Amino acid sequence: MDIPYTIENRPDTGIYNAKLGIWLFLASEVMLFGGLFSAYVLLRVGAEPGMWPHGWLDVRLGTINTLLLALSAITTLLAWAACKVREFGKFKFFHACTILLALTFLGIKSYEYHDKWIHYEIALANGTFADGHLLEKSADFDLAKKTGTVTIHGRIVDDRRKLMDLRSPEAQSARLEEHTIPAGDIKKMENYGPKHNTFTAIYFTLTGLHALHILGGTLVITYLWGPGSRMWRRDPERFTNRIEVSGLFWHFVDLVWIFLFPVLYLT
Amino acid sequence: MSDLKDPAPNVHPATHAPASVAGDHVVNLNSYFRLCAVVFLVVLCTTSAMIATSFSHLGEGWTLKVALILAIAVVNAFLVAGYLMHLLSEKKLIYTVLAFTVVFFIGLMGLTVWATNGFPPGTVSH
Repeated sequence: MDIPYTIENRPDTGIYNAKLGIWLFLASEVMLFGGLFSAYVLLRVGAEPGMWPHGWLDVRLGTINTLLLALSAITTLLAWAACKVREFGKFKFFHACTILLALTFLGIKSYEYHDKWIHYEIALANGTFADGHLLEKSADFDLAKKTGTVTIHGRIVDDRRKLMDLRSPEAQSARLEEHTIPAGDIKKMENYGPKHNTFTAIYFTLTGLHALHILGGTLVITYLWGPGSRMWRRDPERFTNRIEVSGLFWHFVDLVWIFLFPVLYLT
Repeated sequence: MSDLKDPAPNVHPATHAPASVAGDHVVNLNSYFRLCAVVFLVVLCTTSAMIATSFSHLGEGWTLKVALILAIAVVNAFLVAGYLMHLLSEKKLIYTVLAFTVVFFIGLMGLTVWATNGFPPGTVSH
């Protein structure tokens, strides 16, 4: 059985079916991410004054990822254009670039997640707060039994609010040192994972969902670049339409990042 | 993949033609190279502008900065949607679908902004 309108346009819609399908899907995706952006706004405006983090994310890495995604969107478009002019070799090259750029994006994102995972805020018994990256836990470290020590590279502050704005002159001039803290001095110890506060919760939710989209898109693009490209020999026009549809999804993923980057990294 | 090096030599007479028609779009690889170069340059500029705005000293609060940064992000998004996704020259049906999406999205964000100004009785404020 032939699937209708995979190549030629439907007379009533004026486009082929897959294209209408991907646009309807993208419309639903706008609402999915819209809901999460809405949650971000509510969490941000509802935060206690001075308690919404600034400067917690590495702008350099965010910028690199922004440019990587922009480049990958361009190579996706060029891959489609190469198909249109029947230059299969160029298609393979541009789509390979897209896959490499996407994997680099995911690699950088994983590094950022890891950085947050080993970053700890430690409430000390004397009322101060130690904050920094975990270097070492002693073999006998047990917070419940109050045994052993933990070593971090960071700083100790007397007010938790000082940890919120890392762009403040005080935070910028702070000296980061190694601190070895006995478990007996620790009241609470928590990494910068999703449950740390509302910012990390929405950060991991938004970027995690986006990363899943990148991963899904990469899998589809890799399939079309590899085994899926066999279709080129028997039906190049239909294959080209597949590339267009996957490209539209990829551009959408880029569009989402265009808003995620400023919202999370720059404001 | 070695059997794919020859791109369907007998299927299409326009195999090595420089241009092709895609729906309403005439595709010319060289013109796409130029378009992509311009788009990337503008993305580079807008990203730099957002970062510069973020680190600049514009008043006390973040409100003005956030508004400016989001305005630049909208320009960036327009480029991607308009040129890379060909939204500037799409079919009416797609515009209709997107018009509904825009209306619902504005409604969602409108409700969000509305909700930030009103709290249920008994809400503890900091």
